[in-house]
Amino acid sequence: MAALDLHIDDIGKRFGAIDVLRGICLRVAAGEFVTLLGPSGCGKSTLLRIIAGLERADQGHVRAGGRGLDAVAPKDRDLAFVFQSYALYPHLSVHDNIAAPLVMRELSSLERLPVIGALLPGAIQRKRSIQERVRQTSGLLKLDALLERRPSALSGGQRQRVALGRAMVRKPKIFLMDEPLANLDAALRIHTRGEIARLHKEMETTTIFVTHDQAEAAALSDRVAVIFGGELRQVAAPADLYREPVDLDVARFLAQPFLNELAVAAPIGGGLMIGGSRIIIRDALGSGLAGTLAFRPEHATLAEKDHPGALPVRVTRIEHAGIDAHVFVDAEAGAQFVARISAERARSLRDGDNLGLTIDAEKAWFFPSNGSRQRGDHSGAA
Amino acid sequence: MALANDIPLSSLAPNTAGSYRPTRAQAQAGIILSVPATLLLVALVIGPAILVFFLSFTNASLGLAGIQFIGVANYTRMLTDPGFAQSLRNTALYVAVVVPTAIGWGLLVAVLIARSRFAVLYRTAYFLPVAASLVALATAWEAILHPSLGFANTLLQLLGASPVRFLSDPATAIYALAAIGVWQLVGFNMILFLAGLSTIPEELYEAATIDGADRGLKRFLLVTWPMLAPVTVFVTVMTIIRAFSVFETVAVLTQGGPMKSTSVVLYTFYEEGFRFFRVGYASAISVSFFVFVTFLSLVQMRVSERRARWKANGGQ
Repeated sequence: MAALDLHIDDIGKRFGAIDVLRGICLRVAAGEFVTLLGPSGCGKSTLLRIIAGLERADQGHVRAGGRGLDAVAPKDRDLAFVFQSYALYPHLSVHDNIAAPLVMRELSSLERLPVIGALLPGAIQRKRSIQERVRQTSGLLKLDALLERRPSALSGGQRQRVALGRAMVRKPKIFLMDEPLANLDAALRIHTRGEIARLHKEMETTTIFVTHDQAEAAALSDRVAVIFGGELRQVAAPADLYREPVDLDVARFLAQPFLNELAVAAPIGGGLMIGGSRIIIRDALGSGLAGTLAFRPEHATLAEKDHPGALPVRVTRIEHAGIDAHVFVDAEAGAQFVARISAERARSLRDGDNLGLTIDAEKAWFFPSNGSRQRGDHSGAA
Repeated sequence: MALANDIPLSSLAPNTAGSYRPTRAQAQAGIILSVPATLLLVALVIGPAILVFFLSFTNASLGLAGIQFIGVANYTRMLTDPGFAQSLRNTALYVAVVVPTAIGWGLLVAVLIARSRFAVLYRTAYFLPVAASLVALATAWEAILHPSLGFANTLLQLLGASPVRFLSDPATAIYALAAIGVWQLVGFNMILFLAGLSTIPEELYEAATIDGADRGLKRFLLVTWPMLAPVTVFVTVMTIIRAFSVFETVAVLTQGGPMKSTSVVLYTFYEEGFRFFRVGYASAISVSFFVFVTFLSLVQMRVSERRARWKANGGQ
């Protein structure tokens, strides 16, 4: 299927005195799956609604396949929108919900009338074609058995599939999804996530997906655009985002549930002082500003107390999480860290054990106090 | 929704249901405390209603001693009485004009002002007749519709039409009353429709916008009208009942005339009972009217109950 590329150019939006979006630039390639990721209220949904035309931007432009969309009505933008609340028409059957976009576009108001509509020449053929496409879509989404039901008689997951069906049926060039999984329970969310990935693979439609769940973003996307406070902070593939966050906000948001952080003085030759110990972090090389040392729990290990280069720490708590365990430790000068080690190894540890913490010098980050890391070379628009 | 349903209510039961079971003393206190209200209800509402029901099978007459049981004679008389038939026809005509107009207009106004900046102003203007006393307003209408001095005829003459004797011409009197009835009901219907409109989720309109029904009739038929269905059922039943109960305007403005052209059911009832003192016959009319209104209300309750159940099955 033909997909369109999408150019978002310097979009800005204000609600009253609040800047909801500031200078957002993003280019999405045809057929790409891009997720807008950020905490609640960061403006990601507003951006999606601006792309859809449900909201008007105060500045900037949206273009799809080279065509400017700013003056185009939402229905003529050749895109589909999946709402968090599904927004199904409660009085229509599943079949009619899926058919609605086709009926509204392809039948005249006379042809839409129940009895007279059937008598008009051409209408029968068009109605048959609509029915054919509804069946195709419902087959793809395994909704065939439910076509006669009303939305109120469906489970959350089924409603979600109907909402997807209504979006897919007219084969739009761009899919916009606003937290479509947020109202599902955990197991169903992961299952539906897989469905969306499968559908995207089959249809290769350009997709913009909004979520606040980093796992969802990582699982689905070709690239993730991280938005904080109305600003686009970083756009990168999930793996790059994981390895190279540009700033502390992004690092924190992508390192849930835990990220180790410690405010440190300006490094000297890449060396940071933690209490009385000096640790060399590659990321801090060449930086002469104070800032924050940050590293993921999985980038720290626990060794013997007198291991060379290790920080002396004391175990305060162990949290088992299946194959791994999080070990919470106290270091000198009131610093607290978490290390993620294998559950096997954690079994030999006890609260109060004195150990050495070694930080992976290659993978730990140093965020200077003036903002972004120097090595954020994967950032910005691709 | 699903989450709310998943909360095991049984686990809360010991704390809530248990403590609400009244002890014997509490139950007794409850009965004693409700006695005065019950007595008042029986004396003022239930008692008279039962009395009227029995009177409808008698030839009771105010001021005359002696009451005889005459079976269903009052009811058969109702069916054969040309005067009553005339009042039924008048009422039907009144209802046929008032109900669709008051509902359609109320809906139109509600849809038009729902998003208007002057919504409050319009709402107040349309709701005024609902809140004010109809007898007082009827007097105002009498002045407006006065054949020679009234504002309505002044306006007609300005437009070049000949004056109309609105309330004293048998051909126009019932329509003049219907116009006042519409004016009085539109505000109430509009408020109900406005309330209904405010419950329609914004996302449905947005979904319709993207699906191609972005404005006008298309959008109205896809979203607004179906979502207003429960309100419309309620409004229709209420309007029908209120239109059938038209009385004040007739009593103040026309007294059933001219030539019985505005003699409606409730006015006939009033004349029979309080002017001709035929209490038995008047009771039969009021019992019939009661049965009719109750039937309408039951239909309305059934329809909205079915809707509620339909929605409760995991509705959105």
